[in-house]
Amino acid sequence: MNKRNAVGQSILRPDGLDKTTGRALYLDDLPENGCWHGVTVRSPHASAVIMSFDVSEVNDPEARVVFAKDVGRRNSVHLIHDDWPVLAEARVNHVGEPVALVAAPTLARARTAAQAIAITYQEQTPVLSLDDALAGDPRTNGRLNVLAECAIEHGDAALGFTQAHLVIEGEYSTGHQEHAYIEPHGVIATPALDAQGAFTGIDIVGSLQCPFYVHKALTYLFDLGPNAVRVRQSVTGGGFGGKEDYPDMIAAHAALLARACGKPVKIVYERHEDIIATTKRHPSRVRHRTGVARDGSLVAMDIDVLLDGGAYITLSPVVLSRAVLHAAGPYSCPNVRITGRVLATNTAPNGAFRGFGAPQTLFAVERQIDRVARTLGIDPFAVRRRNAYREGDETPTGQVLTESVSAIAVLERAAGATGFRERHAANEIARQNRKDDGQPLPGIGLSLFWHGSGFTGNGERRMMSKGALRLGDDRKIEVLSSSTDFGQGTEGVFRQIVADACGVSLRDVVVHPPDTAAVPDSGPTVASRTVMVVGGLLHRAGVKLGQTLCTFAAYQADLAPASVILRGGFFETVHARTPFAEVAKAYLTVHGPLTVEAQFQPTPNSTFNEETYQGDAYAAYGWGANVVEVEVDPDTFAARVTRLTTVSDVGQVIHPVMCAGQVEGGALQALSWGYLEEMKMKDGRYVNDRLQTYLIPTMADAPDMETILLENPTIHGPFGAKGVGELPLDGGAPALVQAIENATGIPLCALPATPERILEASRFLS
Amino acid sequence: MNSNYKFTVNGRPVEVTGRPMARLLDVVRRDLGLTGTKEGCGEGECGACTVLLNGAPVCSCLVPLFQVEGALVTTVEGISPSDQVSELQRVFATEGGVQCGACTPAMIVTIRALLDRHPKPTRDQVREYVSGTLCRCTGYERIFRAIEVFTGQRKAEGVSETAVDEGPPP
Amino acid sequence: MTRAFSPKTLAEAQESLARGATKVAGATDLMVADHASGREHAWVLNVMGIAELQGIRVDEIGLNIGAASTFAEIRRSKDVALHALALIEAAATIGAAQIQNRATIGGNIANASPAGDSLPALLALDAQIMLAGPQGRRTVPYETFHIRYHKTVLEAEELIERVVIPLPAPKVQAFRKVGTRAAQAISKVVIGLSASRRGDLLRNVRLAMGGVAEIPIRLRQVEAIIESEPLSRELADAAAAVVENTISPIDDVRSTASYRRHVAGQVVRRVLLDLLRGF
Repeated sequence: MNKRNAVGQSILRPDGLDKTTGRALYLDDLPENGCWHGVTVRSPHASAVIMSFDVSEVNDPEARVVFAKDVGRRNSVHLIHDDWPVLAEARVNHVGEPVALVAAPTLARARTAAQAIAITYQEQTPVLSLDDALAGDPRTNGRLNVLAECAIEHGDAALGFTQAHLVIEGEYSTGHQEHAYIEPHGVIATPALDAQGAFTGIDIVGSLQCPFYVHKALTYLFDLGPNAVRVRQSVTGGGFGGKEDYPDMIAAHAALLARACGKPVKIVYERHEDIIATTKRHPSRVRHRTGVARDGSLVAMDIDVLLDGGAYITLSPVVLSRAVLHAAGPYSCPNVRITGRVLATNTAPNGAFRGFGAPQTLFAVERQIDRVARTLGIDPFAVRRRNAYREGDETPTGQVLTESVSAIAVLERAAGATGFRERHAANEIARQNRKDDGQPLPGIGLSLFWHGSGFTGNGERRMMSKGALRLGDDRKIEVLSSSTDFGQGTEGVFRQIVADACGVSLRDVVVHPPDTAAVPDSGPTVASRTVMVVGGLLHRAGVKLGQTLCTFAAYQADLAPASVILRGGFFETVHARTPFAEVAKAYLTVHGPLTVEAQFQPTPNSTFNEETYQGDAYAAYGWGANVVEVEVDPDTFAARVTRLTTVSDVGQVIHPVMCAGQVEGGALQALSWGYLEEMKMKDGRYVNDRLQTYLIPTMADAPDMETILLENPTIHGPFGAKGVGELPLDGGAPALVQAIENATGIPLCALPATPERILEASRFLS
Repeated sequence: MNSNYKFTVNGRPVEVTGRPMARLLDVVRRDLGLTGTKEGCGEGECGACTVLLNGAPVCSCLVPLFQVEGALVTTVEGISPSDQVSELQRVFATEGGVQCGACTPAMIVTIRALLDRHPKPTRDQVREYVSGTLCRCTGYERIFRAIEVFTGQRKAEGVSETAVDEGPPP
Repeated sequence: MTRAFSPKTLAEAQESLARGATKVAGATDLMVADHASGREHAWVLNVMGIAELQGIRVDEIGLNIGAASTFAEIRRSKDVALHALALIEAAATIGAAQIQNRATIGGNIANASPAGDSLPALLALDAQIMLAGPQGRRTVPYETFHIRYHKTVLEAEELIERVVIPLPAPKVQAFRKVGTRAAQAISKVVIGLSASRRGDLLRNVRLAMGGVAEIPIRLRQVEAIIESEPLSRELADAAAAVVENTISPIDDVRSTASYRRHVAGQVVRRVLLDLLRGF
């Protein structure tokens, strides 16, 4: 049953040719069929009381306007806490906050009507940064406005520091990052109306990651039964977390307008609106105090994590959770104290972004480890190798790492593949005797990191996801799950997992598109959980489906049940080989369609206490090491990444090409967060709110990449697979900044490492 | 004032009535129904709307309709005959050049133009020519590799589904 | 409602120019602004088909570049490569292929951005801008053409017809762009330099810079220093120091005043050191 045929092979992704030929239909490509167009009126202020609304200048008789008062009692995006209004009612808390909605038969008319709406505000003093927030928030009477907090205690940090040879301190900060998926947000909402024209339900098609999140938000918003709301995913042009939380909002808007005008309503954001309105990666400030022994061993760590949550809670508590759980890095330390808080500001809510808090804290800990190395005169490889987790080590939550631990393996492989130690040392020497010839300064940097697969702590236990397989009349096994593909290749890897779990050919397996009316809730497509958790459910369902058919085939042939196996698309006995389709046909004739569902089963004896933050934080961890090579221009301080070597252990690789693609794409997002991408703010407004000013890497910025996949299987995933989606975000920035330091001698503690920041730091040093 | 403009799209003569300053992007997508060309930013930065104008890649969001009179326009739909897939498009899909796909039609169009000028491009030639088409998913490595496989400079990594289905069990 | 003209000659263009038509060349800036603002033009004039604005040639007045030449055409031109390498280098840094295939040199000049990439090269090469209007033609040195932020001496009824670089062109030419990323980036600082050489002395130095003032500027004080004595490391250092002290760049979305000041000096220094190495 664990025979692998399809798993591990790079087959053509099912949507591949539709995408290369332009036939794939994204939201804005779907036929409009008379739908109206919705636009959003947004707050120009970061913090203000709404004084009045005036629609008297709206001259379009058909235009429909929706304000908060039209929403009803349940005016919130139903995510974790109900503090995020669908439309601002009494006050606005960030620039770009939705205040009113307009629908009209054409987009131009809707825009004209929206411009005619007059809203007056009384401005208040906003909280625009973590510094502001630490000084106290007027909304909470000058007290700290804490959106979430948590703490981890392991061993005795205070005692640990007294035993340390040296105590080293550092503070590290990172900024907003924009997802910049190439397809902006879009949704079409079609209302269900009864014979009297009254609103009875809503049908949503959208560019989104989590159909059941939207389903939950809309059933709550309109107080509808589950069957009155249907959510389907259109082909989705990238997400990276940006289409995890925000589609709830835009779907709610389109649905409210659809209810108001009784017509299907389409909302598609232009890029500028997408940037100003939607969530970003949380800015962070992380303080480290590290006690080390003379040989570089970690003795005690005290880590304080601060995240800027923006105006509303959204997903911040879970982002914080992942942030603190990764904050000590993949390093063993007997005494650890980690505290974390998310503070509110008057900026757009920060939300899910691939990595989900971990890239921020891993940047900080990796830089701190570099500081330890520098202080003790040890090289960056050696200090990591000394402290990296081995099997049997205990994490700060008391989780004993019993299997699939690859920190040392990825570290050694990355250093070996690049000659890291020799080259790092050579660059350090070369820096001392540098000629002023304008030649770029070479630097090399190394990082080591880990990333928990699946939801944090009890998340999976709470979600209790389901996945199902259905053998239908067409004799195909259909995968039923709510996992979405927004580029990763979910559909293809599910087919591979199911084909091998059942023992059938790939051609026997098809995937049902995500549709809340047709698939069970497999949870959201987030948290590096799709392959490991949902793939695991489908694997179990597949094994069971195969067994059911084998039993049937045995019965038909008058054989003992165990004497038939399904392998490579054939039912095999000692005497005969029968094609899958033949037995499937017989089964369907006798029994009709066969559906096998699997539900999440918690690992026995695995617990996590959400109060004390003790226990098994994640079922399994992916491990990664990056080596970044840079050239820094001595005159302009512009850094160019010339080569990136990644070594990743994500367990059994289901599809090598797509897995490498996940690693490489994530790595470039990480590198550019490290040196290029920076959402700049002025008075609570993003200054670079267009792709002309918010820059993401072009091909000319992309290094050559060598992608090494180590396969250290876990017992927790199908065929030993772990999650891959987010791990690649974790190591690029710290390795890059270390490489810049290797080239220039300038150690940076803040991202991004722009030439401006390097110059400033160099002046500070001299 | 709406006027009639005649030009050629994917080898077929068309006549479009529209505002002179209408974006070629909207004309192609809405008037001609060729939705393979995408809008990513509307200001010529992302290149998702790339089409060939007289054989040269341009951002169709920046081309006003009245300047297209008499021109030859090629969109992704014109890269391969209808219902077929060119070898470039196939290799691009099998070698991991595609993830979310929102940049992919523009990538195909831009790379087609590149290959017309440099049949076996180096990576630096690719970087220079294709840098106006942004991809957020792949990190570009598999796009380079797909081009290298297509031009015979690298061995394919993708395998056909049939080969997997019919291959001997491991 | 917009009315559009696509004349074939300057003479045919006169009527629409008299009506105040918006001139449309490669439209790479115009379309962005139009789409963002939703504005409509009463009259638009396609300059791309006007015969007098076409082609790149060397003639009795110099390297003579039609205003409708795209940067792709300029990059491909053997004549430009022979005489105005700084302009070729500038053209190669403008946008990416999609933009170079549309954007024109005339458009870059008329648009008059402080950070326009070709402008310091034109200023360094003492480009002459030939304008055609209802009263006939006039020629304005680029140096006096661009007068204020996004403001030029071009009259509403005039067109930029051609851009002429006097020949023989300076033997020493250099161009540097400091952008925000490796390709398709608006400049933080752009530098163009031209000079002639006698022994190890640089003469007739024209040092132009974009991105550091409201228009591209010549740094005459620095030019004087560079001409004052034979090229040396010390001279390069001195020039850099004066660059930093002369310019008054600003903070904006792309960079900081402090960085621009520093990098402008360092890049000028490096250009001079590179020349010194070649001596």
